[in-house]
Amino acid sequence: MTGADITQYFDYLFMVMLLFIGLTIIRLQNLFAVVMLTGVYSLIAAAWFVSLGAADVAITEAAVGAGISTVLLLAAMLLTAGEAKPTSAFRHWAALVVMAAAGVAVFYALGDLPVYGAADTPANTGPGMAYIERTPDEINIPNVVTAVLASYRGFDTMGEVFVVFAAGVGVALLLNLSGRGRREEDGE
Amino acid sequence: MSPYVVLRVVSKLLIPLIFLFGFYVHFHGEYSPGGGFAAGVVVGVGVILYALIFGMEAARKAAPPYWARVGMALGALIFAGVGFVSLFMGGNYLDYTVLDPNHTYLGQHIGIVAVEFGVLVSVTAVIIAIFYGFAGRERTGDGAED
Repeated sequence: MTGADITQYFDYLFMVMLLFIGLTIIRLQNLFAVVMLTGVYSLIAAAWFVSLGAADVAITEAAVGAGISTVLLLAAMLLTAGEAKPTSAFRHWAALVVMAAAGVAVFYALGDLPVYGAADTPANTGPGMAYIERTPDEINIPNVVTAVLASYRGFDTMGEVFVVFAAGVGVALLLNLSGRGRREEDGE
Repeated sequence: MSPYVVLRVVSKLLIPLIFLFGFYVHFHGEYSPGGGFAAGVVVGVGVILYALIFGMEAARKAAPPYWARVGMALGALIFAGVGFVSLFMGGNYLDYTVLDPNHTYLGQHIGIVAVEFGVLVSVTAVIIAIFYGFAGRERTGDGAED
């Protein structure tokens, strides 16, 4: 059990780092620094997911959060100002009140959550355990996540791909993909 | 063209490895963490890095925006098409076992890799398309050459 204890301290360390990066992002006005720090935030979140044993999520978080969103936010930042406008003190206090209320609600609900790593949680019994038990017999691949994603839950994943497709079409329509139309207009 | 020699040389070394890693994440997704979504993002990042270092014109030649537009729809079609193939071969929609009736598991493996390939194509194309959308605006916005 000592191994589990050590990774638990890693979790605490990552959570403290995420908290400090979040506070720094709030305090900064320079948008470039904010974009870079959100990338760092995603990278540390990915490391936390590895420590929690969710390697599939960690790969996606590192690639999407630290890679793609940082590049896209930088590209969007080039279209706007480099500094954020200072926010009024009233809005800070309003946000603090909302955050405090949400935090109190989360801590109130904390008692109903199962203990970290418990074997008898709803996620670890029921369908989750059934997939783990049936995958070697029915699909015979080591990665149960892939088996659930692509085979057992194939319909869900197809819906996700259609959502990605719809997002791409939406952005392409809004942003005039490749700027070709704009360039042709410029040439005329 | 970026004037930073170190960036250019390092990215020339890195970009093929990024693509290789992307396809590793995809085709090894049955055995290790990963799959179509993560692999598509990694491959898309490879193209974006190329565009950042070598400029938009070079990137448009290497990965034309037309491909990105076709790829978005093609990936979704591959996924849905695998479902129809299994339907026509006598199984349920997206039931991969019928894809190879002679082996117990091979049909499942073929089906998983095929639908994940659809995910890979779609995600890669969407990411490149979104990046081109932003970068194209930036380019026409200030009218500067790369």
